[in-house]
Amino acid sequence: MSEVRFTDQHEWVRLDGDTATIGITKHAAEQLGDVVFVEVPEAGRKVGAGGEAAVVESVKAASDVYAPVGGEVTEGNAALADEPAKVNADPEGDGWFFKLKGVNKAEFDKLMTKAQYDEFVKGL
Amino acid sequence: MTDSTETLRKTPLHALHMELGAKMVPFAGYDMPVQYPTGVLKEHRHTREKAGLFDVSHMGQAFLGGDNPAKALERVTPADVQGLKEGMQRYGLLLNDGGTIIDDFMFTHLAGEKDLYLVVNGATKEGDFAYMADKLKGQATLTPKPGRALLALQGPAAGNVLEKLSPGIATMTFMQVRRANVAGCPAIVSRSGYTGEDGFEISVEGKDVEKVARALLADPDVLPIGLAARDSLRLEAGLCLYGHDIDETTDPVEANLVWSIGKRRKEAKDFPAAEMIMDEIANAVSRKRVGILPTGRAPAREGTQIADKRGNVIGHITSGGFGPSLNAPVAMGYIDVQFAANGTEVDLIVRGKPNPARVAPMPFVPNRYKRK
Repeated sequence: MSEVRFTDQHEWVRLDGDTATIGITKHAAEQLGDVVFVEVPEAGRKVGAGGEAAVVESVKAASDVYAPVGGEVTEGNAALADEPAKVNADPEGDGWFFKLKGVNKAEFDKLMTKAQYDEFVKGL
Repeated sequence: MTDSTETLRKTPLHALHMELGAKMVPFAGYDMPVQYPTGVLKEHRHTREKAGLFDVSHMGQAFLGGDNPAKALERVTPADVQGLKEGMQRYGLLLNDGGTIIDDFMFTHLAGEKDLYLVVNGATKEGDFAYMADKLKGQATLTPKPGRALLALQGPAAGNVLEKLSPGIATMTFMQVRRANVAGCPAIVSRSGYTGEDGFEISVEGKDVEKVARALLADPDVLPIGLAARDSLRLEAGLCLYGHDIDETTDPVEANLVWSIGKRRKEAKDFPAAEMIMDEIANAVSRKRVGILPTGRAPAREGTQIADKRGNVIGHITSGGFGPSLNAPVAMGYIDVQFAANGTEVDLIVRGKPNPARVAPMPFVPNRYKRK
């Protein structure tokens, strides 16, 4: 049973046990427009909550993707190198960016729920 | 400088852009469409495959009158203006006395008309017109036409599309210009543009432009295209964007725009800073504008440093992004002249890391102008 949380930087995190999968939200993908390049972190890299972890570039500009929670990278989504458009097509599914292990549940619980995030986006 | 929307000007097509769902951004002092719901990649590709319609009404249009406006204009540009045949348009650089670039512009000799028709960049138009009026005082009279609008119809289907609204227009070739009616409205039509594709620029009165735009958009081959795709199209075509790739710190030789200097002008050396520019042509310059193709997938944006393979900074990117038709990143920039040869391997410093790239010939995508 996995839970999903969101950040004010428009990332989503899905937690399964102590493993988190992270990507950018549908709202973020729409705002960015056509994604043309994604740089994901390598396995083994340790990131802290709020640290720069990946880069996403649309036709218009480059943006950093932050780690919403701390942990050790187990995998970056290699498929995005060849098909960055997956981020637009399925941002909260196939377009995931990276996975972390050793995630602290308390850190995760501080993030926004789906309802809170939807409210947050509405207020932008 | 302010970007607040209240102070932004609107083109006569502003309401149409809103109706079409455009995302608007400040550009050259105007509230302009950066993209439509189609999206930048599709807008770009559609222009190369069919035809795209661009609102470029922010650009400055003017007529230059007088006894010999062509001779007068040559005081501020190294282009051969007097040699331009009737019914033709040409590209020129507006130079200051130091020989650096105030703007780039198009000038036109309409058949049977004495006045020259000029189109300059939107962001620089007030300055350009003031400079020209001052420099040409007593020899020519500049009359800006702020009430005119400008459309660009670009892409391989442009000829067939425009022919339906202006019978006979498809016989025009690259850089020809004529007065014609388009959708019943009087227009100045040139077979030119800034995408590397065949196409037209259509100047009409502001009150007529919505009618013309709607008539063009009614054609199933035509989609409205925003500024973002305009930028990636011109970058793939190797064309300079004023304020980025050329400005008052660059001269025509560094900018690799010597082709725009007329042969007669080079011989006569009768243009601004001619001695310096001719010396640079003969003895080379220290840096040059070149095309740059990154080896990997990461785009290198404007301002990115170019380094040699030992890590020394040898230049910087002035325009860079993703080229949708190449399906790869593309860029142009200034580089120390000893590294300017095509094929030279360099590094682009992106997010602190060297990304391999090479100097490459432009255009990145072959031009498809209708030359005959």
